[in-house]
Amino acid sequence: MRNVCVVGVGMSKWGEVWRKSLRGLFVDAALEAVKNSGVDHLDSLYVGCMASGPFVSQEHLGALMADYLGMPGLPAMRVESACASGGMAFRLAFLEVAGGFSDIVMASGVEKMTDCSGDDATAALAMAADQEYEVFNGATFPGLYALMATAHMAKYGTTREMLSAIAVKNHKNGAKNPVAQYPFEITMEGVEKSVMIADPLHILDCSPITDGAAAVIVTTEEIAKKLGKPYIKVLGSGVGTDTIQLAQRADMTAIKAATIAAERAFKMAGKTIKDVQFAEVHDCFTIAELVVLESLGIYEKGKAGPAILAGETALDGKFPVNTSGGLKSKGHPVGATGVAQVVEVYKQLTGQAENGRQMPGSPKIGMTQNMGGSGASSVVHILEVT
Amino acid sequence: MTMFSSRNWREYPQRYRLEASKFKKSGKTYFPPRAVDPETSDTVQEKVVLPDTGKIVTYTVIRTAPGMWADNAPYALAIAELTDGTRLMAQVADCDVNEVKIGMEIRIEFRRIQTESHHGVLSYGYKFVPKWY
Amino acid sequence: MAGIVGYGAHLPRHRIKVEEIAKVWGADAPSYKKGLMLREKSVPPPDMDTITLAVEAAKNALKRSGGVNPADIGAIYIGSESHPYAVKPSGTTVAEAIGATPDIHCADFEFACKAGSEAMFVALSHVDSGNMKYALAIAADTSQGAPSDALEFSAAAGAGAFIMGKDNLIADCLFTHSYMTDMPDFWRREHQFYPQHGGRFTGEEAYFATTKGASNAILKKSGKKPSDFAYAVFHQPNGKFPQRVAKELGFTQEQIDPGWLAPRLGNTYSGASPIGLTATLDVAKPGDLIFMCSYGSGAGSDSFIWKVTERIDEVRDLAVKTHKLLDENLIYVDYGTYAKFRHKIKMND
Repeated sequence: MRNVCVVGVGMSKWGEVWRKSLRGLFVDAALEAVKNSGVDHLDSLYVGCMASGPFVSQEHLGALMADYLGMPGLPAMRVESACASGGMAFRLAFLEVAGGFSDIVMASGVEKMTDCSGDDATAALAMAADQEYEVFNGATFPGLYALMATAHMAKYGTTREMLSAIAVKNHKNGAKNPVAQYPFEITMEGVEKSVMIADPLHILDCSPITDGAAAVIVTTEEIAKKLGKPYIKVLGSGVGTDTIQLAQRADMTAIKAATIAAERAFKMAGKTIKDVQFAEVHDCFTIAELVVLESLGIYEKGKAGPAILAGETALDGKFPVNTSGGLKSKGHPVGATGVAQVVEVYKQLTGQAENGRQMPGSPKIGMTQNMGGSGASSVVHILEVT
Repeated sequence: MTMFSSRNWREYPQRYRLEASKFKKSGKTYFPPRAVDPETSDTVQEKVVLPDTGKIVTYTVIRTAPGMWADNAPYALAIAELTDGTRLMAQVADCDVNEVKIGMEIRIEFRRIQTESHHGVLSYGYKFVPKWY
Repeated sequence: MAGIVGYGAHLPRHRIKVEEIAKVWGADAPSYKKGLMLREKSVPPPDMDTITLAVEAAKNALKRSGGVNPADIGAIYIGSESHPYAVKPSGTTVAEAIGATPDIHCADFEFACKAGSEAMFVALSHVDSGNMKYALAIAADTSQGAPSDALEFSAAAGAGAFIMGKDNLIADCLFTHSYMTDMPDFWRREHQFYPQHGGRFTGEEAYFATTKGASNAILKKSGKKPSDFAYAVFHQPNGKFPQRVAKELGFTQEQIDPGWLAPRLGNTYSGASPIGLTATLDVAKPGDLIFMCSYGSGAGSDSFIWKVTERIDEVRDLAVKTHKLLDENLIYVDYGTYAKFRHKIKMND
């Protein structure tokens, strides 16, 4: 297995990007990644995208994006694992380079979510759940995470305050991120007084509907060195899955798929969670960040909430989480999110985080955790700067 | 989103009669039925019918709902553990949504679940209702 | 003769009071309460319809049937004026839900408020003739009354179900009699949402004449007199009509009391006298004779004489009793909620 590196990253504008189409968003991010990396060609392209069919009636993204990137002929493929599509695209690029099949691969993710009604967007996102036994019966995505939140609160005494603290912390970070959809701070009171979506989750517990794309160049360590640009190394990659239905999980207060994915990634990396200094995790809802921190072993079960309240996961805390602003503040163009997490870890490890968002202490190892649905799939990467 | 009639029809045994699969080796019951037991990889199974009572293990109240559910909001959605230990998700009908609690005893009733516009097919299935008798 | 081997009912928990409807339309609530003896009526929530009520009533009938295998039920007949589909049977959904498919005969009946007793009549006949071992008759409705119309104060929802058989009876059907003439007292044309009626014409010449016609004929046929019966159940478009017809036929208030549900339930149309029969069976003793006479506009009445058997004591507690559903744990709704539930609000769709 060859050493694999990330050498250049790019992101489109994120938010309600009325002037860009699905392909336009992708091209913006992809060209920026190509430019930042200094590569003169690609050997292949992976496009993570969850639901371009329901959102904009467009499938066949591999060919479309290669074409509009000005590279017709390029091997290109779309990758789907619901909201984990971006992370999975990155993993496939990693495997292709590690296995020696290609030298320079672009991992990208894109989603155009605002060209349809809110109802249609909600329905499209719900396609990640079990259509016949969850969605049929009235489940929505906030609803599924709300069911986890209720269970977590009952089992561990998790409080409204702990959830609000996650949203407040992520907005504080996102306020410093130039690509964030909602780059402003919010208050604990603001979260609690915002409209209730699915008890106990308020609108400010939820990540938004976002248009956006992200792209990274994945290559060998040898090429990365030659390019002369800052690069980071992929130490480990892991994927886990679980029952699609929340009801069938033995423990509804944990994301088992994330636990499995992390175990595999750490095993490959030859590291443990103690070696990691910060993480970008999948906070599609505030409760998701809390549960994931426990499922990754960063905190014991029931201990993440108090730690978050104590500021341990803040930018200047013991273990910063979602320095980018997370899905909550930065936005959540579902297929792009997993790739954007890699972009943030790249920036933090190479000291390029903007506007005072750089975490202190020159971190060496960071991780990403991206997940699909109510956690039926998850992908984890361990990244290091040398 | 259109629910083609064939799709609902295929699920009748589960939605109408709560049919599940019970595997021989593990003795575990799965709803909906599945071909392979995830615990043992066993494929030898028998058809069982789930009990119609249980307790809520977690719940939420959907306050903003999309499309065909919009008129129903707010509605309670819960996961219940039935008396045989099987868990399933359904709406909680016939109750004040603010009174749903973990541990609340429920009964399963046959209800209309989805109505596809004014001319489409009606989809029936199960909902939880408070077990008051 | 054939008779009932299992019976059950189902009612919505929701109710609306006569005053709540009256205040919207400027109607005189006391006159409805005194004149028609209507206090409140059941309201089906949007996830309940004739089919779902029928399924739950049928399940309760199965619970009281002493273990009838649904696969042995040869027919399911559902009488209703509110079948959810104009074309597509209600009966097959019920058959599927209780596990009675595919060797079964299903038909949906419509005869205004008499469709339910019609289903009972045909089910009994099939069993009696030996065509089948069991037949399930269901009377179910989620009736509609036009906003502000007198019917809006009564149109209600509920279901009663009866498994007919020959052995192991709860109530033996001793006699039946049907009586019909062509009577334009109440109707709903194709594609119309609400029924129309002939106002006071629906009284003397329609309800009373027909009910008395069928009642007197069966009394004559059976050689029995009103005092021979422990109980009597009549169609109940309101509280007043059954009370008056009972009195005129020579029955007492005590005889009709258990099955006289309209003041609190409203008019469940096809379900009215059949649900009244379930409530009556809930309190009947072995050996009791029960008189029953339905009425459906158009017009006709089916009358029945039931003789309760020893088995009633074993089965009555095996499923929820009708008066429990009628009297306990009610959820009162305001007119806005009722209008939303009953799709009376024009939506943008």
